[in-house]
Amino acid sequence: MMRPADRALLLLVAGGCAFGLCFVDAARLRAAAGADEAERTRLVAQLRLTDLALFTEARYTRHPSQADLHSAFQDHPLALEHFPTGSLISPPAGLLKVGAGDTAAAEGSAAK
Amino acid sequence: MKLWLAKQRYLIDFTLVSLARRKTRNLGLLFVYAVLVFMLASVTLYTHALRQEAARVLAASPEVIVQRMVAGRHDLIPPGYMEKIGRIRGVQKMEGRLWGYYYDAVTKANYTFMVPAENPPAAGEIVVGPALERSRGLAKNNGISFRSYSGKLHTFIVADVLPQASELVSADLVLMSEQNFRAFFDYPAGHYTDIALSVANPQEVRNVAIKLAAALPDARPILKDEVLRTYASIFDWREGIVLALLSAAILAFGILAWEKASGLSAEEKREIGILKAIGWETGDVIKMKFWEGLLISLTAFLVGFIAAYVHVFHFAASLFEPVLKGWAVLYPRFQLTPHIDGLQVATLFFFTVVPYAAAVLVPIWKAAITDPDAVMRG
Repeated sequence: MMRPADRALLLLVAGGCAFGLCFVDAARLRAAAGADEAERTRLVAQLRLTDLALFTEARYTRHPSQADLHSAFQDHPLALEHFPTGSLISPPAGLLKVGAGDTAAAEGSAAK
Repeated sequence: MKLWLAKQRYLIDFTLVSLARRKTRNLGLLFVYAVLVFMLASVTLYTHALRQEAARVLAASPEVIVQRMVAGRHDLIPPGYMEKIGRIRGVQKMEGRLWGYYYDAVTKANYTFMVPAENPPAAGEIVVGPALERSRGLAKNNGISFRSYSGKLHTFIVADVLPQASELVSADLVLMSEQNFRAFFDYPAGHYTDIALSVANPQEVRNVAIKLAAALPDARPILKDEVLRTYASIFDWREGIVLALLSAAILAFGILAWEKASGLSAEEKREIGILKAIGWETGDVIKMKFWEGLLISLTAFLVGFIAAYVHVFHFAASLFEPVLKGWAVLYPRFQLTPHIDGLQVATLFFFTVVPYAAAVLVPIWKAAITDPDAVMRG
């Protein structure tokens, strides 16, 4: 009869193999997804798209990179965010940085 | 070496039998531990794969989008605006984009109406995204009517459905001709939603944006670099409600581990006392408990990670769907391409396996260096 240590070791080796297989499977799926990805890239280039269609509930979640500077506060400046996605995603990168020659920051300060 | 291995096997044997004596408690701990690793690994794998996907796909998006702002809001580009931009050195090509949102009261969903710059559909025809096809039960050559904001009903024929493979970027799209778009939204002639620019020298993009902002103070240039960085940080954990929910789980597990680390049960103390009384050395007791911590944490890590991989890349992260979907009616069905960041996996391993394996050792060391008689008496 197999000793408990051998059984545990066997299970851990099996787990380790399954862990390694995740990486093999990832490589396989990546190779298989090449055509689909090319299709997405082609469509983005053809339609001049700027955003993923992940959150279609509001304009600033559908196109977060194109959102108005204060669109989350569209009702009034202190309005609380009312779409759940607003809690999930961060503001557009252009609004977060501060620095000389920064167009978005300049735009932001101009809007204040 | 052989002797050392044999000793470790005996220690593991003893550890497993000892764990089996408190089966329910240890299986419960293993389950909670594996679920925690599963949640953390799922979020890590999902967000990393999504960031990678966005970076690759959106690399083909326009170099600069110029919006016009009026009273802090995005406004239409009036005629004459493009001519002013055309005078800026470095601008290679510009195209007015026509797009907008439409709320469909039938499905209570928002669609993105758009005019493709290349190969637009014929007048009276539309091309729809796959999610819209599903939600409205559409097929090629079906007719569909939308009531415009002016109250008029516009009927279109579905000329085609965008490929399923592109759903991540096209789920809610409705492509139509410029003539139909302008008629549907009552768009004034010569006006555009925004302008897509391409710049001759990619090194000059930022300079062109600065010149644009100077020449047209009401313009808001959005660089591709900013779009990519928005998506690089889109699921930033700081803002994530997922992390907020997970932090409760992490805290609960922390309390569990702390409870285990800060004190031993009377039964465990008695066991250590007996082991020491029958001749086990302090080092052996610590090694035994080290194996216990390692076996539990390693098993939990492997089970949690493998389950997370299958969940994210074979079941489309279906457990996250209610969170990601929010209030959106249209949600794209997509299969993320797996991109596993080795460093993230190593970090996850380090922060899940090592602290637990170490946490169980401290109280054991305290108990193991105490006199067996005192330990047994509690």
